[in-house]
Amino acid sequence: MDARRESEPTPMKNRTTVERKSERELVVTRTFNGPARIVFEAWTKPELIKRWWVPKSMDMSLLSCEMDVRVGGKYRFVFGHDASKPMAFFGRYIEVTPYSRLVWTNEESDDGAVTTVTFEEQDGKTLLAMHELYPSKEALDAAGTGAADATVETFAQLDELLVTLGASVGR
Amino acid sequence: MVQSVKTRFDASFAALSDATRRGVLEQLGRADASITDLAEKFHMTLTGMKKHVGVLEQAGLVTTEKVGRVRTCKLGLHRLEEETAWIERYRQLWDARFEELDKVVEELKRKEKVHGRKKRK
Repeated sequence: MDARRESEPTPMKNRTTVERKSERELVVTRTFNGPARIVFEAWTKPELIKRWWVPKSMDMSLLSCEMDVRVGGKYRFVFGHDASKPMAFFGRYIEVTPYSRLVWTNEESDDGAVTTVTFEEQDGKTLLAMHELYPSKEALDAAGTGAADATVETFAQLDELLVTLGASVGR
Repeated sequence: MVQSVKTRFDASFAALSDATRRGVLEQLGRADASITDLAEKFHMTLTGMKKHVGVLEQAGLVTTEKVGRVRTCKLGLHRLEEETAWIERYRQLWDARFEELDKVVEELKRKEKVHGRKKRK
């Protein structure tokens, strides 16, 4: 391991975990190397969320993003591969506790989840837990498949790359 | 059935701790079989075999289907793999997002060091 690179320290990458707590619940956890107020800010300011919500690997773009982060305030994200087939994702914030807790609903269909994000600071780091509660098992299954589909292209690209690199796909 | 992946794994390992049940899985790997077939093959009573199959079924390793009076058993591994793959892909999505979020956090931290310190205590 090359440990010494003073000018550009590579922060240790924290692990993202996903656990299906029950047939209607999913929990994603991750630690961030920063205080809760900063991580919270990154979840609540449109100009910041735009920078990470749609990673390049998703092959999608965030066409617009409006967020009124107050109890009862609405949010609306519009995504698309291109501008011709936009997909909207919207709902309301039902709980907003600065630097510690955010709860929002998702209302574009009856299958939308209620998402609770908690920010727990310890020694300058923040443990983030995102809990999604779906109205039914089917809704969670469908949401998972949808999210998984979004990354399928990435895997396809990776497969291609591996082939190009001459790695043997031993199956 | 309410089971997280971890619980499912625990159930799988428990199910695999028994030699007869491992034999049943091996057998089903070759061909689907009825509970009666399996009971005969492993020299067991029908009730005994039903119990073993029940444990395997609980762990998601075997699925059974009743057609008429015959209950056919088959390997259910596929479902387990599917669920694990599903969770893993969901994890990859969030991991990619969070990697970008790390960069935002780093930048905000730097900015705060430069500008914000005076304002906060």
